[in-house]
Amino acid sequence: MKAKLLKINKSTRSVILTVGMILVAYIVCQSLIATGNMSNLLQNLLISMCYYSIMAVSLNLTVGILGELSLGHAGFMCIGAFTGAIFSKCTVDSIPNTFIRFTLAILIGALAAGIFGIIIGIVVLRLKGDYLAIVTLAFGEIIKNVLNVLYIGYDSKGIHFSMKDAVSLNLEKDGAVLVKGAQGITGTPRNATFTVGVVLLILTYLIVVNLVYSRSGRAIMAIRDNYIAAESVGINITKFKILAFSISAALAGMAGVLYSHNIATVQSSKFGYNLSIMILVFVVLGGMGNLRGSIIAAVLLTLLPEYLRFLRDYRMLIYAIVLIVMMLYNWSPACIAWRSKYSQKMHIRKGAAQKKSEKEV
Amino acid sequence: MEMLKVKNLSISFGGLHAVDSFSITVNKGELYGLIGPNGAGKTTVFNLLTGVYKPDMGQIFLDGENITGLSPVEINKAGIARTFQNIRLFRNLSVLDNVKIGLHNIYKYSTIAGILRLPSYFRTERQMNEKAYEILEVFGLEKEADNLSANLPYGKQRKLEIARALATNPKLLLLDEPAAGMNPAETEELMETITLIRKKYDVTILLIEHDMKLVAGICEKIFVLNFGTELANGRPQEVLNNPEVIKAYLGE
Repeated sequence: MKAKLLKINKSTRSVILTVGMILVAYIVCQSLIATGNMSNLLQNLLISMCYYSIMAVSLNLTVGILGELSLGHAGFMCIGAFTGAIFSKCTVDSIPNTFIRFTLAILIGALAAGIFGIIIGIVVLRLKGDYLAIVTLAFGEIIKNVLNVLYIGYDSKGIHFSMKDAVSLNLEKDGAVLVKGAQGITGTPRNATFTVGVVLLILTYLIVVNLVYSRSGRAIMAIRDNYIAAESVGINITKFKILAFSISAALAGMAGVLYSHNIATVQSSKFGYNLSIMILVFVVLGGMGNLRGSIIAAVLLTLLPEYLRFLRDYRMLIYAIVLIVMMLYNWSPACIAWRSKYSQKMHIRKGAAQKKSEKEV
Repeated sequence: MEMLKVKNLSISFGGLHAVDSFSITVNKGELYGLIGPNGAGKTTVFNLLTGVYKPDMGQIFLDGENITGLSPVEINKAGIARTFQNIRLFRNLSVLDNVKIGLHNIYKYSTIAGILRLPSYFRTERQMNEKAYEILEVFGLEKEADNLSANLPYGKQRKLEIARALATNPKLLLLDEPAAGMNPAETEELMETITLIRKKYDVTILLIEHDMKLVAGICEKIFVLNFGTELANGRPQEVLNNPEVIKAYLGE
């Protein structure tokens, strides 16, 4: 009975620690802004830290928890960004309340990305390992490139689509072009704030962590560890793979909505292979399956390139070296052994100090 | 009362008749041993029974229900659970979680209830924990509940695999070489555990084993497989003294 209580406490403690960490960071940032101690550069980065963290946590669900390498995660963010932005632009007059409109935009963006996640998941999750990675990469690029040539406009007759140019939309005089191909969407209401970003990050974290510590999460991890054994105990592999993949996609879509409401112009070219890989780097560096690690890695690696700006041409070179060093520190066996030895020493010292103080009392 | 009835089960891989007209009837509550030389097709029989392979011919009935050609998931739901020759645990999960995954289809709540932490989540998780600890106690693994299953010693990993299979509440349990790699003391302990779970969970068992001490000690009937076909079948004393079995498998 005691052991059971301990177990529940252990996972709950980890959740409280992570949420507390986010909240402390939030309060520190807010008070720095209020007292005018935060540079403009850093203030501009706050929201991007939030959506990159959401992306990292959601990708960790696919890569770390489900154990399938996905290289097209930016594609789902792209879908969320565009649907959210289109919705907000269309309803900016009909729904004057910012809170309601933005909440709906977030839900719709997440839903659209989630549906794409299911559709792509059904196709992709039949494959394994490298093949799956390559096909997700392809899907990410397809989404990006289709949106790159897509024109959407609306007038009194309804919504028009074109893959050619804005003129072939054949809009009436009162019509307006929403999506202008490679130029993307401009003039989305900039509703994203740091507070909204933090709330969405905590929400994402709680959704994923609650999923992991539930019956469905165990089924997903069972598939990761040994799918033959998972089948033999009656776990429907396809169902739980698609579940994990689509939740991961929906959360990425949510990050996309946050992105598109933070920036003046949303262009699909921003959601390419590079972004997918960058998010994957956050996940790998933070540790596969380690959600808190993903958040920390995303925040640090969003800050790092900005703080390395003074290095000019050498910036990306140093960034790469720092990445390699961090990776070695985190994951090389020699380093892990050294750290555990060091932390043991600390424990012994702490223990000795405690005993000493007990004696003194 | 027939628990498992297999009629003329056959499968070939290319030109090799891995299992050829395999027929067996296992009565309810029986402990049946399946023995034979390496490559005789014993594990293939298990893979056919659990739906990993689809048979070319033949039929499988579990408790009167035709389960031929069903998927592994459906067959597990119908009531067959198994262990594997090369241990297949969920290595990155705790011992407790391994058993709770076995309880996946016994105690249910929706994904939404899990994410939103609805009351059904707490209620069902508590029931799952209680049931899982009850099973772990039978195998003497309750102290290891929070340890990573990959960190268990070999003998306990084998036991955990049986515990996980039992958690799915099977009518028929298939054990693929449960004593492989165990020392005599561990095998002895395993025999006691198998006897205990038969009593406690009222389960029919079909096991593959090379350890003749275990087979002769606890099996009530023995089936000898050679080149995918039946060589002998019946009570241990008859089968183990059968000259053909001695020639093909046991050695003179």
